[in-house]
Amino acid sequence: MQTRFAPGDRVRVHRRFPPGHVRTPWYCRGKSGEVERICGRFRNPEQLAYGNRDAAHEVLYRVSFSSRVLWPDYEGSERDRVEIELYEHWLAPDPGEMK
Amino acid sequence: MSDHDHTGEHEHGHGGYDVDPSHHHPPQPDLEDTPFSRHQLMQMAVTGLLIEKGIFSADEIRAQIEHMDTIGPARGAELVARAWVDDGFRTRLVADSKSAAAELGMDIGPIPILVMENTPDTHNLVVCTLCSCYPRFLLGIPPDWYKSRSYRSRAVREPREVLAEFGTEIGPDVTIRVHDSTADMRYLVLPMRPAGTQGIGEEALAKLVTRDALIGVTLPRMT
Repeated sequence: MQTRFAPGDRVRVHRRFPPGHVRTPWYCRGKSGEVERICGRFRNPEQLAYGNRDAAHEVLYRVSFSSRVLWPDYEGSERDRVEIELYEHWLAPDPGEMK
Repeated sequence: MSDHDHTGEHEHGHGGYDVDPSHHHPPQPDLEDTPFSRHQLMQMAVTGLLIEKGIFSADEIRAQIEHMDTIGPARGAELVARAWVDDGFRTRLVADSKSAAAELGMDIGPIPILVMENTPDTHNLVVCTLCSCYPRFLLGIPPDWYKSRSYRSRAVREPREVLAEFGTEIGPDVTIRVHDSTADMRYLVLPMRPAGTQGIGEEALAKLVTRDALIGVTLPRMT
């Protein structure tokens, strides 16, 4: 399976706000995390939601975020994480990591 | 509230029979007393059409609803209890829950379920912030609180406070991993085997594993 990212890669979620059925939670848009695993390829829900049975297959990742990155005033442990399933077209290399 | 005035003269005798004829509780609404939503109407219309076209029969849809209602958290508990007594099974369950469950003759359905193992250092909690994704084919219907906006928004924002409200204190040295079930995966928490359960059989162990422990809002314990 061709994937743009590998487990351990630092990625940033696009800060986009398109209309329609989108399965990228607002609270992680624009935030950086680390690829936890590759889940496989699944039909793009943004197209499936509108009856497109031939929706393109997209690579789905689990991305792990530090809770403190998501919520700067987070009061729990600095090791706490939130892990979110995100499609490849929502992810970019983390600019902080680019050489 | 005019017909049910708690400032009135009568004592409100809950727990006993209400013998005051002037004390009327409003009747509980029947299912049909609220208007159908657009989606309920669409569902009824589509169901009717599919039956009319012979895609499936009324009996088949009834049987599927009946089947879904037989699915419950006990199936998840069975997997956990086996994992507690069989290290090899635990490893296989975490690696590939569908084929591990098949070893027990259990079909966990078409959607991949990721098993997240609690350890002395890590506690796992499951939420779907977008809607109410839940491993229904394994555990059945989710509890109402799981679908509430309050749980969905707070589980990712302040999981330790949410857990405390469920009576679950997670120490500051334990990492919390919250799994937001946003797309095509579903999640099952594999709790740690409670202390003091040595020599207890697999079936009795399974009884310690409740639905809430499989979501991660509580921990199994000896009762």
